[in-house]
Amino acid sequence: MTKAISVAGLHKSFGRTHALDGLDLEVETGEVHGFLGPNGAGKSTTIRVLLGLLRADAGTARVLGRDPWADAVDAHRRIAYVPGDVTLWRNLSGGEVIDLYGRLRGGLDGRRRAELVERFELDPTKKGRTYSKGNRQKVALVAAFASDVDLLILDEPTSGLDPLMEEVFRHCVAEERARGRTVLLSSHILGEVEELCDRVSIVRRGRTVESGSLAELRHLTRTSVTAELAGPPDGLAALPGVHGLDVRGSRVRLQVDTGHLDAVLRSLGRSGVRSLTSAPPTLEELFLRHYREQGAER
Amino acid sequence: MTAAVAVAARDGGSRPFAGTGTLLRFALRRDRVTLPVWIAVTAVMVLSMPGTLEGLYGTAAERADLVGQLRANSALRAMTGPLLGDSLGALTAWRVGVYAAVLAAGLSLLTVVRHTRDEEESGRDELLRAGAVGRHAPLTAALLAAAVADAVLALLLAAGLSAHGTAGAVAFALGVAGAGLVFATMAAIAAQLTESARAARGLTAGTLGAAFVLRAAGDSGTADGSSPLTWLSPLGWAENVRAFTGERWWVLAVPAGAVLAQGAVAYALAGRRDVGAGLLPARPGPAYGRLGTAGALAWRLQRGGVLGWSLGFLVAGVVYGAMTKGAAELLADNEGTREVIARMGGEAGPADSFVSAMVGTLGMVAALYVVASALRLHAEETSGRAEPVLAGAVGRLRWAAGHLVAAFGGAVVLLLTAGCGYALGYGRDLGPILAACLVQVSAVWVVGGAAVLLLGLLPRAAPVAWAVAGAALLLGWIGPALDLPGALLDLSPFAHLPKLPGAGMEWRPVLVLLGLAGVLVATGVVGLRRRDVGG
Repeated sequence: MTKAISVAGLHKSFGRTHALDGLDLEVETGEVHGFLGPNGAGKSTTIRVLLGLLRADAGTARVLGRDPWADAVDAHRRIAYVPGDVTLWRNLSGGEVIDLYGRLRGGLDGRRRAELVERFELDPTKKGRTYSKGNRQKVALVAAFASDVDLLILDEPTSGLDPLMEEVFRHCVAEERARGRTVLLSSHILGEVEELCDRVSIVRRGRTVESGSLAELRHLTRTSVTAELAGPPDGLAALPGVHGLDVRGSRVRLQVDTGHLDAVLRSLGRSGVRSLTSAPPTLEELFLRHYREQGAER
Repeated sequence: MTAAVAVAARDGGSRPFAGTGTLLRFALRRDRVTLPVWIAVTAVMVLSMPGTLEGLYGTAAERADLVGQLRANSALRAMTGPLLGDSLGALTAWRVGVYAAVLAAGLSLLTVVRHTRDEEESGRDELLRAGAVGRHAPLTAALLAAAVADAVLALLLAAGLSAHGTAGAVAFALGVAGAGLVFATMAAIAAQLTESARAARGLTAGTLGAAFVLRAAGDSGTADGSSPLTWLSPLGWAENVRAFTGERWWVLAVPAGAVLAQGAVAYALAGRRDVGAGLLPARPGPAYGRLGTAGALAWRLQRGGVLGWSLGFLVAGVVYGAMTKGAAELLADNEGTREVIARMGGEAGPADSFVSAMVGTLGMVAALYVVASALRLHAEETSGRAEPVLAGAVGRLRWAAGHLVAAFGGAVVLLLTAGCGYALGYGRDLGPILAACLVQVSAVWVVGGAAVLLLGLLPRAAPVAWAVAGAALLLGWIGPALDLPGALLDLSPFAHLPKLPGAGMEWRPVLVLLGLAGVLVATGVVGLRRRDVGG
């Protein structure tokens, strides 16, 4: 199966700022791929290169098997894009913009458009200026989900949506996957990514620092354990893979690399466990670890 | 401003002016380049005039002779107003007074709209208003910023001209600043009525154009500015102060009254509407759209501008045509004047040289249109609206082409419309007038080409295209009077056009300009295809 997006060693500078510094990204056809990273990590720059709006200084990029700069128009017939900050024309109605965006791509499915307008509770007769941020995003989302395309590139598409509409959005993405379409989802909302994405790539400072399926990535993360013990803990600090050990009397909090969980539980058991909570590794922790590392480097 | 303050206090809630000082400093800081440059250009234009005139007409006898020749020339009066005295001060006020007033008005209206409706439209204003900022503070700060600019200009003018008579210098400076403030408050009203800054600027600039045409029509008919048409025009008020020729101070009460009245209206309107909204509510649009191509979108965005400008050009053409008719009849009665003007206009008849001058003015104004229209591409790009369009199956060229057709084709439409109006008002054959209008297209396109070149190669500097159009306009209007070196005047593409309909057609300069325009556009488009978009 061909890759929907294939990027290797991408570089892009704006003056002295190195926005992209050798970024890699592989998106398989038919998957929902999460694209994560702190603000200014280079996510939107990557997306703009993939759309042929920016020209990369070095590196290779293929989108749907095409060169995004040289074959932009052909590639765009099969791509729908939703920017993070949607701006509309003040004197055009939302409905007019939806139809325009659709026609500028591969065309629009009229029935799906009507259904989506209903589900997103969008009033398509309002003019551009009168929409709120969330409603402007709905205009772009309806156009994207109703378009006849193979790849959806969504750049923080839910930042202005309320929780109900976010739910509608998640259903829509799931439907897209069921129809065999590929989605590149740049997002800060980790619950959304965990629920929707098959694989994720985490970028930092213009470089990919982690990439893989969520199961693979979870393996790299730590489980949080809080325990109330019968007696004082013994030898926990010496165990491999234990981090952030905090003992207050008989109360113990620690984090452990998932591979070393077994040894820790046995050690706790020796002291007699009265209560135990264990939080599974979340994407959030993985995410925070990479964000904090960046903070520490600064 | 007591009336305005009273209205403001009624509709503005408690402490309606809180934060005005901070906003004013902020506005002046943002305009720290634009305002000084604009003021300096205006001041240099005026203050260099007495020296130039002295060099050309050193003695009082020479000047009296000149005035005797020019006073009866209605065509010149239409361009510059009546000539009432032969002192250096009077000649200066006559030659550049109207243009100084136009520049002050332009400066003021752009400043007010930039700091009111522009800010509201972009949403930047909301963040400021969420602070401890009174309801009327942004409008007041904008008006004060314009007033500061007008006051600085007035001080420079009064100081610089005081050698030719203190009273005259002060009257002249006040007349110019008064015109500025009239259009500042007019822009303040427009900014309350419309939802878009573009419309507010268009409305006020259209009024400024109408004021110029009204004054020109009035002055071409009377020798002393007493025509009711002149009195209807805010630009005519400045002229009727009669600086350096027996100042009529009471005339300054007219702009002062207009400023107070318009200010009160603006504050009253501002107190009655929501922030971000115009007075005319937005109506719902269609739930389904027919737009399907980048070209259709471009036309949809540009058509209002093309229609509005065309209407303005039609009216200006009719009025100019009627003026030409009146001037021609007047000239037919006066053997001496006819001779004088025939000498000035070379072999052409006086009416023909008048037509040529008027059509030339229209051409230079059309250059402003072509820049405004081409820079739509810049606005689309910087606002982020271009991005989703270019993310569709739309090449850069197709995206730009729609707007460029509207800009370059629209300029032709404007000039043809003006030509038809001119022939109508003048009551003469359409052909020669349309030819004179069409010749302008080549120079207009060169200015448009400069805009496209900037858009393609230096997108951040694209607004500099305004300076290109403005420079062409200034060089054409007052360059010759300033006795600038020929090489400098020749920088304007309009300087090379054959003076139709009087003079014969010369194809060479027209073709050279068209070729130059083509090269500029092609280079700009190639640059546009190669560079990053948005970024």
